[in-house]
Parts: sequence; C-alpha cells; structure tokens
Amino acid sequence: MSSQHTVEQTRPDQVRQPMVRAQNVRKSFGSVEVLKGISLEVQPSEVMCLVGPSGSGKSTFLRCINHLEAVNGGRLYVDGTLVGYEERGGRLHELHPRHAAAQRRDIGMVFQRFNLFPHMTALGNIVEAPIRVRKESKRSAVANGRELLERVGLAAHELSYPAQLSGGQQQRVAIARALAMRPKLMLFDEPTSALDPELVGEVLDVMRSLAETGMTMIVVTHEMGFAREVGDHLVFIDDGVVVEAGDPRSVLADPQHERTKSFLSKVL
Amino acid sequence: MSQGDKDVLTEPGDERISAVPLPRPGRWVAAAVILVLLALFLYGAATNSAYQWTTYWQYLFDQRIAQAALVTIELTVIAMTIALVVGVASAVMRLSDNPVLSGVAWLYIWIFRGTPVYVQLVFWGLLTSIYQEVDLGIPFMVQFTSLSTESWLTPFAAAVIGLGLNQGAYTAEIIRAGVSSVDDGQREASVALGMSWSQTTGRIVFPQAMRVIIPPFGNEFIGMLKTTSLVIAVPFTGDLYTQSQQIAAVLYRPIPLLLVASTWYLAITTVLMVGQHYLEKRFSRGVAGGAARVKDSVTPTDAPAELPLRDGR
Repeated sequence: MSSQHTVEQTRPDQVRQPMVRAQNVRKSFGSVEVLKGISLEVQPSEVMCLVGPSGSGKSTFLRCINHLEAVNGGRLYVDGTLVGYEERGGRLHELHPRHAAAQRRDIGMVFQRFNLFPHMTALGNIVEAPIRVRKESKRSAVANGRELLERVGLAAHELSYPAQLSGGQQQRVAIARALAMRPKLMLFDEPTSALDPELVGEVLDVMRSLAETGMTMIVVTHEMGFAREVGDHLVFIDDGVVVEAGDPRSVLADPQHERTKSFLSKVL
Repeated sequence: MSQGDKDVLTEPGDERISAVPLPRPGRWVAAAVILVLLALFLYGAATNSAYQWTTYWQYLFDQRIAQAALVTIELTVIAMTIALVVGVASAVMRLSDNPVLSGVAWLYIWIFRGTPVYVQLVFWGLLTSIYQEVDLGIPFMVQFTSLSTESWLTPFAAAVIGLGLNQGAYTAEIIRAGVSSVDDGQREASVALGMSWSQTTGRIVFPQAMRVIIPPFGNEFIGMLKTTSLVIAVPFTGDLYTQSQQIAAVLYRPIPLLLVASTWYLAITTVLMVGQHYLEKRFSRGVAGGAARVKDSVTPTDAPAELPLRDGR
C-alpha cells in the first residue's frame, strides 16, 4: 500500500545517518487513526516540506518527531536515537519525562500561533530555555540572544513584549527562541498560516537564510513558492499516508497521483 | 437638513472638531438628588445621639482594640497562607491524571465548600474532645510518641486551621480556573524547548495564571478579614469584633463600638486593596492595555503623513 512510499536518498555518499528516519509511523487519537504508516527520511542539512490538505496528519507527524505526541506504531528516530521510547530487553519502555525533555532540547519547534510567552520580553523569551534548560550563564545567553535577534532583524525590539509586536515580528522572535537552544533539527508547523499576507515574506526570508546555513528543517506549509525555492524534498501527505514524494520542482510541476493533482490545483 | 449641509461639510480643515456637547439634564438631577440625600444622612448621623460619637472617639484608638485588630490581621494572614498552600496542592491534585489524587481533592473541596464555615469552626473547637491524643509512629505497630491534642490545638490554632481549610477549598478552585485559563500552546512551547514540568509550571504557566488568580484571591483575602469575626464559634475571643463587643457589653453601648470595629475593618481592607492593585500591575506585564500598543506594525511609508500628531492644539 501507499505507506511503502519512502523518500529516495539523493546523496550517494550515504555515510552519515539520516537526521530523521520514520518507519511505518502510526498514530491514533481514540479510534481515529490519523497517521496510517508514514515512512520517510530526512538527511542532515536538508529542507523537507510537508504539504497536504488540513486534517491529513502532517502537523500530527511533525508533533510526533519531538514527542509532543507519542506514536502508537512504527519507529521514529532523530539522529539515530529512538524518539519517546527506549528499547531494552526486546521491549519498548516509555521514556522518563526527563529523558524526553533532553531529546526535545535539540529539536527546535516553531508554531503556527507563535506561542511566545506573553509575560516576557522578546529577549526574555529567547534566553529562558538556554538559562533554565541548558544552564548557560546569563551573560552568554543574553549575548547569544541579542545576536539571534539581530539575525532575524529585530535587534531594536529586545525589550518589546509579544503584544507590542506584529505577527511577523512575533514569529521571527519565535524562530530566534528555538534557535537559541542550538538545535540540530528545526520543525516548522505552518509558520506563516496565522499571518497577514504582507507579513508572510519576512518570516519566509528568515527561514530561507536559516536553510542556507545548513540547518536541517522540516516545514509543514502551504507556501508552494517557498517549497519550490528552498525545499530539497517535498512530501505530499493525505489521509495519514505519504501519497507522493520527491523533488519539489518536479512534484509541483508534474504531480503523478490524482490526489496530489487535485490538491495542488486548489492551492497553486 | 438639505441646503445648509453642503456649506458646512465642504472642505473640512485640519482643526479638531469642537462640537457643542449634548445636554444631559438627567445626570445633573440624579447627582443633585443623591448629594442631598447623602448630606441629610450625614447631618442625621452627626446629630443623632444614639451613635454616641464621644464614645466612638474615646475607643477608636483604645489599646485593646488596636491589639485585637492586630490579632485579626494575624488570623487573616495565617489562614490565607494555609489556604494558599492547601489550595495550590489541591488544585494540582485536581488537575492530575491520577484518579485517586484528583478524587481526594474533589472530596476535600466538596466537603469544605459545601458546609458553613461557622459550623466548621465549631467543629474544630470540638476536635480536642473528639481526638484527645495524636499518636506518632507506624500504624498498628510501633508508637514513637503521643501528644495530647489540647496541648497544641489552642483556640487560636483551631481558628486559623478552620478558616484556612475552609478557604483552601475556594482557593483551589480559583487556582484551577487560573491554570486552565493559560493557553495550551504556552505549555506546548515550553515543553518543546525541553523545559521540565516544574519549569513549565513555575516559569510559564503560573506567572500567566496569576493574572487571573489575583483579583478573586484579593477578594477572598478581604473576605477572610471579615470572616475572622466568626471565630467566636471556636470559641476564640481575641479578634477585633469579639473584643469590641466585649467592651460594648461592659459599657452597655453596642453602637459606637460597632462603628469602631467597622472603621478598623474598613481601614485594613483599604490597605489590602492598595496591595492588590500593585500585585495586579506586577502580573499584567505584557498584557496590560497600556503596554499592548502595537509598535512598528504600521510602517512609516504607509501611514498617511498628515494624519497623526500635528501641533498639539
């Protein structure tokens, strides 16, 4: 069945292990199966775009990668480490919350609705986790935080509270906050869907320059222009399965499956 | 309104509109009536000998009254501290996935919120006769020591425990409502950054919940100040109301001493309100109406150059 679709590896020099490896990942909420066996691989420094209709399971899959949701079936590895479980004596054991938190530390996540902490300034949002979780010194966390704010073009706003910033600015702070943990993988869950159209560009620009630094990124998005331009891979998910995957330019230009065609005809 | 219109409305200048205000005679009449009634009442109160104002002034700063006011403040603060600790614990238990913990918290809230505080205070006063000794040790096996309840459950202790446990049930619900009011995305963002449960709760959820918790908790604090007047049920007699009534009983003058007690309650409440105001300000950082101005979302280029902030006339 279609769950057997995997993303072909583009690099012949397959020495490094994939950053993300999903094998037949399943997830149900109650009796509703949202992911029906997703298999794919993301190589280091790759940008993978997940597209698909709403309710197709792409956001759920993203949330499984940093164990915000526990998978019910299959295996999910990040940088060679099993996510959410530990294999001991031939059985899977639920991970202790402390170890699950340690796994999440290295995975940055950017949410559709920003989810900045409203009671902290922009800089406060950024330095919180490095100081509390990574136990960085306040001085170095602040210095790094200022650098990140500059990188996302908000150096002048370090003392602004989220409510004082526009949606695009908030999302850029949210990206800086995720980067402050020095992640090896960044997950973007529809990062521009809650933005006014004229603010989408500034966020995509930040993401594009992040991709240029070699960050491994998985992006759930409806921005096909971004997928075409920045994506190394495009995966079309519908009804909990990978329907089609490949080079974004060729998939977008010449989709092979009916479902992909009908979806793209609506969004392009 | 047809021909005149055009002349008036053509070419509006830059000056601010200075329209003739709508006359509101009803407001003036209502204010006048109320002021007259108030003046009549004050005149009556000042001249009515039943109020016995000389006795009022004589006892307003009486040392026994001041002492009792201090005891009332102690009762209030200690009872609210107990309420806060118990309330946080039961709110956390109520929100827990463990059915035993949330069930026990539900039971506690059900009983202590569902029975009158006066009855509970009587009950705590009788506790020494229900349980005469408290044994410390391993149940049914070893006994380390045995304490008589009378030795530590003084009327004051019974009063603060009674008030505190009653209030704790209400506080638990206030805290639960506050924690539930925080958007799930906040918890998620915090967890996604690798923060632990206690870091998420302490640094992200609670500071935001405080904004919702403080106004009702401040109310409860002021309510507690007045509920302490019920501690005679224990019976504990050191509080402001009971002391003022004891003086009144000796003098046969209940009215001026009621006024004395009311004045003190009102004064303490006022101080508490000021404290509440500053706490609310502290915890509304980032969301207060004043601070929530959107900066820079309007770029200078698309703002009409003429519109805002001309000469400040």
